[in-house]
Order: sequence, then structure tokens, then C-alpha cells
Amino acid sequence: MLRAMSRAIERRLPLIVVSPLFAVSLFFVYGFIAWTIWISFTKSGVMPVYDFHGLAQYERLWATPRWYVALKNLFVFSGLFIAISMGLGILLAILLDQRIRIEGAIRTIYLYPMALSFIVTGTVWKWILNPGLGIEKVMRDWGFEGFTFDWLVNPDFAIYTIVIAGVWQSSGYAMALFLAGLRSVDDEVLKAAAIDGAGPWRVYTGIVLPSLRPVFLSVVIILAHLAIKSFDLVVALTGGGPGFATDMPATFMYAFAFQRSELGVAAASAVMMLATVCAIIVPYLYSELRGARR
Amino acid sequence: MRARRTDGIVRASGPGARLLRVLLFVVLGLFCLYYLFPLFVMVSTSVKSLAEIREGSFLALPRAISFEAWAKAWGSACVGVRCDGLQPYFMNSVMMAVPAVLLSTLLGALNGYALTKWRFPGADIIFALMLFGAFIPFQVVLLPMARTLGQLGLAGTVPGLILVHTVYGLAFTTLFFRNFFIGVSDGIVNAAKVDGAGFFGIFFRIVLPMSLPAIVVTVIWQFTQIWNDFLFGVSFTVGDSNPVTVALNNVVNTSTGVKEYNVDMAAAIIAGLPTLLVYVVAGAYFVRGLSAGAVKG
Repeated sequence: MLRAMSRAIERRLPLIVVSPLFAVSLFFVYGFIAWTIWISFTKSGVMPVYDFHGLAQYERLWATPRWYVALKNLFVFSGLFIAISMGLGILLAILLDQRIRIEGAIRTIYLYPMALSFIVTGTVWKWILNPGLGIEKVMRDWGFEGFTFDWLVNPDFAIYTIVIAGVWQSSGYAMALFLAGLRSVDDEVLKAAAIDGAGPWRVYTGIVLPSLRPVFLSVVIILAHLAIKSFDLVVALTGGGPGFATDMPATFMYAFAFQRSELGVAAASAVMMLATVCAIIVPYLYSELRGARR
Repeated sequence: MRARRTDGIVRASGPGARLLRVLLFVVLGLFCLYYLFPLFVMVSTSVKSLAEIREGSFLALPRAISFEAWAKAWGSACVGVRCDGLQPYFMNSVMMAVPAVLLSTLLGALNGYALTKWRFPGADIIFALMLFGAFIPFQVVLLPMARTLGQLGLAGTVPGLILVHTVYGLAFTTLFFRNFFIGVSDGIVNAAKVDGAGFFGIFFRIVLPMSLPAIVVTVIWQFTQIWNDFLFGVSFTVGDSNPVTVALNNVVNTSTGVKEYNVDMAAAIIAGLPTLLVYVVAGAYFVRGLSAGAVKG
């Protein structure tokens, strides 16, 4: 009797192990998402209330000028951040793929910023870009008296300083992904092309880059995902300022949730972020999971 | 047939080719400078005196090396109103990262093992649902998490952060181990099952010892993520329980008194040193984690 019971337990052990972990995920991921979505449909201010109140918080969100600034910044930042990081990434990957003996050392140098916290990166670049003692001062000391580089404190340009620091941190990551992709291109195809007399330019534009299409897609999605979540870098570099000129959805949400105590608006903005991420990630995950099963 | 290099844009011989080769190294070298110069600026500024910083160029080598700023950043810089330096917050980060990394790695390994080697109906759906948790913007769970931590009595504590990082790290660690175990032949596991070994027996005696590379990759990845986290730290802790990233940000953005750039830079290095060390020591595993994070499924 006892042995039968222990055997029954043994048979169900995998499920017994997975279930609580799965339950934890259900609660902390899906339960919490549901809570946030529900709050976005209530009147919640400083404290959460649970009576349905329709779309009022979304109407308030979309009537807030600061939200539009955050969205515009997100578009400007992610567009430039993704384009430049990818451009640099593919360029460096191709250059590094030329049978270079010290490739390992160079790759280590290109990639180390990824190991740093965005707060550390932001702190350094804040120092480099600060108009008083950074690049601007160096250029003036070198004789360019009229040189001005005040992007960090200029509301119209501050967002570009976040692009500069973001690209510095993440372009090596793009390089590593592209390099892995380049290494997996079939050598036989390349040999055949060379025998046919195709030059290096033709080989890259005609064969190598088109075959990297899945890698391009992965890199875009990873970088877009980083861009939407970007919070630390903004806080460390500009603090969202001057004013709220460099606000992004992530900092907007944080400010409304923890500083202004407008839970409803904060929840609504978080739901908008989730919707954006889902629109990018869900089709990607779906195709990846399906592809793996095939 | 003439042998020709096919995997490079630069051919092996001829003066034109040699010029291109030189150009290639110049470009690669310039990019090395681009990636290294912030690190150089950080280190050189941290050992300068404030007077030298104000007079000289931030690109110049330090004239005299002093570790005063380092001592101050570690032991006596003001974080808010408390002037004990980064040290207590660094310890918070250690107390947070070590258990969270170990817990999330162990649970992820168990989970990945159960989902691949003991397949049961619904395993794929459970995995897909859990995987989604790795990609959500955490803003969407901040508010309910803050309330839940409060109800558990963990608000503003290091154990609270351990819970948060373990829960949200689980999706990543499960993914890493599932991908690893899928490549491990079922034969060994099945043979052990026939011999009467149980779920945990196989896990601890057979599967875990052979998954050392996956463990290293996961530990490094989790450590980097958790050590570098700022969002959870700033949302769920106050003052004394801040992790080092939050404390660093507070040091840098303290508006009272004279701005001490050398202390800021020394603090930034101290906060970044653990993950940087891990990267230097185990870079290959770090890169493997990065690409594993990219290629899912």
C-alpha cells in the first residue's frame, strides 16, 4: 500500500516539481498583468480602487502632453539606436571576419560594455558629454573657441546623448550576433561563388548578407526590446530632463506610479508598453517555437 | 585550380591588398579606442585630484595618481543623507545577487529537466507560457509587486529583491536549461529510468554533473542581470536596502556640495567591477549566454 503510494508519487514527481514553479509564473506574470490591466480601467489614484470606470485613464493618458513627448522620444531613440547599432554591428562583424589573428582580443574589447550596468554607462557618458568639463572644454582648449556641444542640457538634443551612450553599450552585442551568423554561412557556397569570379563586394551583398536575414530579424527584435525597456540609461544620463525632454514610456510610468501616485494613468501607460512589446515579441516567439518543433 | 581566399574581402597578395589589410587594422584599432576611451576616462578621472580635473582636459593622463577618491567612494561618500560610501550598498547587492542567482539557476535547471526529459502532456504549453515572462516590460508588474511585497512584509528589504529576481529570472533560466537538455541524448536518462533511478536521483547524479557548461552560462547571465538591475532596486527598496546601482545613481545625482567627479568615477568603477571581472574571466561563457538569449526556442 505504502509502496504503491510512493510509486504513484514518483511517477508524478515531474509534474509535482513543475506545477509550483508554473503556478508562481502564473501568479507573478499573468496575475500581475491582469491586476495592472484591471487597475487601468478603474479610478485609482493614490490608492487602488477596484470599481470599473471605463476608459477614463486611457483618455487622461492620451491627453497628457508628457506622454506624447515620451512616445516621440521612444520613436527617435529606438529608430536611431537600432539603425546605428545594427550598422556598426554588421560592419564590425564583417571586418572581424577577415581571418584576423587577434580577433579574440578585439572582440573582447568591443563587447565589454555589455557587461556593465546602464547606470555605470550613463554615469561615464554624463561626465564625457557634460559641457563644462567634457568634450566641449577639450575642443575649446584645443583652439576651437566657438565649439559648442551642449546636447546633454539642451532639451532639443538631449535625447541624442542617450542614443550615443546606448549605441556604445549595445553595438558590440549586435556585432557578436552578426559574427555568429557570418560563421554559419556555408563555405561551399562561398567557394563556388569565388570560382565563378564573383568579387568580395558581390559575395557579401549577393550571398552573405541575404543569407543573414534571420539574424537581422533577431537583432532588430532584441534591440527594439532593449529600447522599449530603456529606463536605467535615461535615469543615469539625463534623469528624464531637462524638464521631461528625455522622458520615455518606462520613465513616464515610473514617475506616475511612484512619484505622482497616479496609479490609474501609470497602469494605463504600462499596458500600452506591454501591448507594444507583445506586438513585436509574440509573432517572433511563435515562429521560433514552431520552427524548433519542426 | 587556383586556390583563392573566399572568406575575406581582402585577398592575400599584392601591394593593393597589403594596403587594404593595413587599412583594416587601422579601422579595427580606431573602434578599439572608441570602446575603450570611456573606460580610460573613468579610470584616469578617478585617480586625479579635483583641481587637476578642473584645470586639465578629461582626456589627459593623470599627473599624479591618488586613490583618495576611491577610498571616499567606498567608505565615506554621501548617498542621500548617509555618508558611509558605497560599501553597505555593495554588500546589499552581494546579499541579493548570490542567493537570487543560485535559487533561480537551480529552479531553472529542475524545470528545464522536467520539461524535456520527463515529457508530460502540456509541457510545451507550460514552457511557452513561462517563456513569455522573460519578455514582458517589467513596468507592467511593478505596481502589483510593490503591493505584494508589502503584504508579505518584504517591502524595502533585500529578501524582497531576492524573491523578485528569482521569480522573474526563472523564465530565462528555464529557457537556457531547456535548450541545453534538448541537445542531451534521452538514452542515458532512459537507461537510468530502466535501472530504477528516480526523478531526483537522475537529476543530481547524472544530469546535473553533465550540465556544467549550461550552469556556468546561466550563473554568469543571471549574475550580470541581477547585479546590474536598477528598475527593481529603485522601485522596491528605500535608503539602507538599496542595491549598489541605485546608490551609485544617488551619489552621482546628489546636488548638495561640490561636485566630485573623481569620486563619481571611482564609484562607477566599484559598482561595475564585479560584472566586468566576471566578463574578463569567463568572457566566452558570457558571449554564449548572449547568443542563447538571442536564439530562443
